[in-house]
Amino acid sequence: MSPVLSVRNLSKNFGGIKAVQDVNFDVAKGEFLALIGPNGAGKTTCFNMLNGYLKPNSGGSVQLNGKELLGTPPRKIWRMGVGRTFQITETFLSMTVLENIQMALISHHRRVFDMFSRATRLYVDEAMALLDLVSMSEHAERACSELAYGDLKRLELAIALAHEPALLLMDEPTAGMAPSERIALMALTADIVQREGVSVVFTEHDMDVVFAHSHRILVLNRGELIAEGTGDEIRANPTVQEVYLGGGTLFEDKKEAANA
Amino acid sequence: MGFYFAQLLTGLANASSLFLIASGLSIIFGVTRIVNFAHGSFYMVGAYLAYTIVTALNGGIFGFWFSIIAAAAIVGVIGLLIEMTILRRIYRAPELFQLVATFGVVLIFQDATLAIWGAEDLLGPRAPGLDRAVRIMGEPIPEYDLALIAIGPAVLAGIWLLFHKTRWGVLVRAATEDREMVGALGVNQAWLFSAAFVLGAFLAGLGGALQIPREAVSLQMDLSIIGEAFVVVVIGGMGSVSGAFVAAVLISVLNAFAILIFPQISIVLPFIVMAVVLILRPYGLFGKPGSEHVGTEEPEQPLKLMSQKSTMVLLAAVMVLAFSPAVTADFTSILLVDVMVATLFAVSLHFMMGIGGMVSFGHAAYFGVGAYAAAMMVKFLGFGMLPAMLLAPFFAAAAALFFGWFCVRLSGVYLAMLTMAAAQILWGVTFQWQAFTGGDDGILGVWPAEWASSDKVYFYIAFVLCLGGIWFLRRVAHSPFGYTLRGIRDSQTRAEAIGVDTKFHQWMGFVVAGSLAGLAGVVFAFSKGSVFPDTLGIAQSIDGLIMVLLGGIHALAGPIFGAVAFVMIEDWVTRLDYWRFIFGGIILVVVLLAPDGIAGGVNRLIRAILPNQKGGAA
Amino acid sequence: MLEVANLNARYGRAQILNGVSLSLGQNEVVAVLGRNGAGKSTTMKSIMGMVRQKTGQITYEGQSILGKPSHAICRAGVGYVPEERRIFGELTVEENLEVGRRDKRDDAPEWTLEHLFELFPNLSERRKNLGKQLSGGEQQMLTIARTLMGNPKMVLLDEPSEGIAPVIVEQMANVIAELKREGLSVLISEQNLHFARLVSDRAYIIEKGSVCYDGTFGHLDQNPEISNKYLAV
Repeated sequence: MSPVLSVRNLSKNFGGIKAVQDVNFDVAKGEFLALIGPNGAGKTTCFNMLNGYLKPNSGGSVQLNGKELLGTPPRKIWRMGVGRTFQITETFLSMTVLENIQMALISHHRRVFDMFSRATRLYVDEAMALLDLVSMSEHAERACSELAYGDLKRLELAIALAHEPALLLMDEPTAGMAPSERIALMALTADIVQREGVSVVFTEHDMDVVFAHSHRILVLNRGELIAEGTGDEIRANPTVQEVYLGGGTLFEDKKEAANA
Repeated sequence: MGFYFAQLLTGLANASSLFLIASGLSIIFGVTRIVNFAHGSFYMVGAYLAYTIVTALNGGIFGFWFSIIAAAAIVGVIGLLIEMTILRRIYRAPELFQLVATFGVVLIFQDATLAIWGAEDLLGPRAPGLDRAVRIMGEPIPEYDLALIAIGPAVLAGIWLLFHKTRWGVLVRAATEDREMVGALGVNQAWLFSAAFVLGAFLAGLGGALQIPREAVSLQMDLSIIGEAFVVVVIGGMGSVSGAFVAAVLISVLNAFAILIFPQISIVLPFIVMAVVLILRPYGLFGKPGSEHVGTEEPEQPLKLMSQKSTMVLLAAVMVLAFSPAVTADFTSILLVDVMVATLFAVSLHFMMGIGGMVSFGHAAYFGVGAYAAAMMVKFLGFGMLPAMLLAPFFAAAAALFFGWFCVRLSGVYLAMLTMAAAQILWGVTFQWQAFTGGDDGILGVWPAEWASSDKVYFYIAFVLCLGGIWFLRRVAHSPFGYTLRGIRDSQTRAEAIGVDTKFHQWMGFVVAGSLAGLAGVVFAFSKGSVFPDTLGIAQSIDGLIMVLLGGIHALAGPIFGAVAFVMIEDWVTRLDYWRFIFGGIILVVVLLAPDGIAGGVNRLIRAILPNQKGGAA
Repeated sequence: MLEVANLNARYGRAQILNGVSLSLGQNEVVAVLGRNGAGKSTTMKSIMGMVRQKTGQITYEGQSILGKPSHAICRAGVGYVPEERRIFGELTVEENLEVGRRDKRDDAPEWTLEHLFELFPNLSERRKNLGKQLSGGEQQMLTIARTLMGNPKMVLLDEPSEGIAPVIVEQMANVIAELKREGLSVLISEQNLHFARLVSDRAYIIEKGSVCYDGTFGHLDQNPEISNKYLAV
């Protein structure tokens, strides 16, 4: 089966610094792929090139179901079937939870220039169904600004799924959440992904989350892909241990910063 | 060759005063983040004071320069009083409030100056010892110009030393970056702000005082300089003093040469330069995107459709309005037309600011273009009233399409400044292009068609057009288009990530708001029978801002309340002597006492008077 | 030294703190632990007078400082080191320190430029550089040095180990030890349990705007379920 996403020779220089060098990988349909590595390893740069916020060096290629993504602005990449969530949630705070989803649907159905319909009456059922998917339907009428952080994360997930994407890009989906919440959110994501047949690429610092949910892991260091494999393979990989996972010493969390 | 060099020197001499006022404005903005409209008033008062002191002292070289400094120092003290009584209370308010409050100060100053010095222009004496001209390369150059050319860089050097070699200066620069942090390090911000404000006012006063040997002191000095001073600050980068210097020189020298080729250009040139600079460098030549550490603003609540009760109240009000010509006198109908025009104008401005998140300091541009387009179609093309009414808003739309394209590339206070620049360019063209627009004399005789000439019939035309426009904008606010605009305002990142072309959408929002402002202008033109450049002026734009602010920016119905209140107050006040003074006072009272608009203010008043009401009712 | 009782704080409609109570004794180093968004920084900012909407009691040396402006709180001897460092990028290192300088107080140790440059040798080399030219670690040192220039009696350190390399984190631990040696009281907010354990005497854990643990690190170590539940380890 041909991959959903195929990344070839992706590189990015900032000034003279090679932030990302010649990265290649594929994502299969329904695959849950984690991108890990120390701070400054190029995860975010990679991500921003996939979603169109950064322009890579010439020569590379990123194809979604055979269509080239590079050089396309973020909004068009979204239209081609890539949903995304942000490290720090981005939602429309002056709207209700339901309206946030409706906005995504309105855009998906290309009705943002409609000046006469009542926005709140459009796609209510579809929006409720999406909220159901993330178990948020009882919050539908609440103002988005009143939500707890964990709920905002779930809302973002529902927004990202509104246009039935083929691929979901999640940047540090569990940042700022308690461990119990993290597992719950990722379990929910994994469940939805499996049912809907979406592929996911996510970056993550919490190794529990990574090992529990990813099908495959890519490890970046200094802009290069240094390892690739299942959780067990990555855990056993001596290079990865050295640059990233560490041996559980005192400043375990900070090891990653050393290489930044 | 000598002629061009002389032209260059004239440009540099002009740059000095412009730099003085602009540097003061920039320092005040840098530290307090206030866009101080009253800065032109400081400049004007500086000139008047210098005139009075110089003529009273009549004391030769020493007396002259002492008077200049004394005038500037008095302006500094006036600045201190204003800062302590007014601005200190609104540092945390949105920029719109601050702008409107300082405009209230402008009005008060205008009438105070009129009361003290009278309406006549005053001609000051020449500077003793510098009252001749020297020949440079065969051209006569006034000695005083040479002195001014030296004063500009000298003041710049003085400010530089002050900012880099004194503890106070270091604190000011630190506060420009992050004033909250400066407070947490033990510096009393209140006094730092006051001191910066005094310095800024002193510099403006100095700029004005230095002008007395060169130009007559007049009541128009304030608003004629302020637009240019804003432009200089924005081009230089807000908060940057050296940027203000470079920009002042750039504008003045360009101007000195440009008028040789195209004499009419001087009014619009600064604004054109500013538009070009902002497109190339969105934060000005030396500016940086400010690291704002301001407390999180309270998120707006979701829009709700009106409850049945308020729909009934609104319908009743519209019905009363519809039947009012039957029972009231003609002048009431005329006043009600003014109210409806103002309301549509305010609603269109609110659509842009409240819904679209794009603060405009120059919304009058589209109002004026609508009015002028209609007037010119009637006068020059022989159009009838109805075709002119239908077509003119498209011209406003075209203007909004053109200027909006530039404006939506920026955000925040820079966007606001660019909208003002756009309005000033249009105003300048209208003012200068005598043959086409009638210039200062305006276009007269723009009357409605025969059948619509009675005040009552015209009332119904205005009723249909204005209420139709308001209804349309409300409808759009609740539509996917309006929701998308609000979404972009809330989070551009999220909007982009759900496939919205944010810049394009804002651009279209700008055009919608501009077109409806144009429609208001059209109705206005036929109701007055004439149009003047004022319809595109700063004052008209500010009126719109005051209406939106009076009503409260967070409510959809806010601008309606605001416009009605504004026209009523204006109609009453303008019959009085010194109405600007009173009106300025009213503005200040509203801004200081009811920062959440009329609706919010009334609410709080009720709670204050009847503290137990809420509990008692339960 | 510092007593916070039943502190509530909000930004707009969002209630961030829900009855936080904690205390800091003379010459004590206490850690406030919790994950992102739990309310650690808001607690710090509330003590420093940088949050406007708040209720409860904040007593410093027996005097209420609730509602006082932050410059007055600073002048009373409270130093604040913000989470995002917030150094002045357009000012030189020396000018940054100048902004923080306050007169010597009798009841607190005096920090001179020389002493601070001894403690932070990197800064000494870069004293003429602009703040924005410094690396993240150097900025972190500058922000602490800047606060110490105010000769405080008590220091609020908001996430000192956030986003800096381990070498610098170790240096940071030394600095905190030095502060304690000099007789200062220090309140640290941290996400990194290891670092907090290394430098502080006891700990609070904040979750959803309330204190949910108050005790020693020893007790915390014996009951790993607490840290598992509330902390990001």
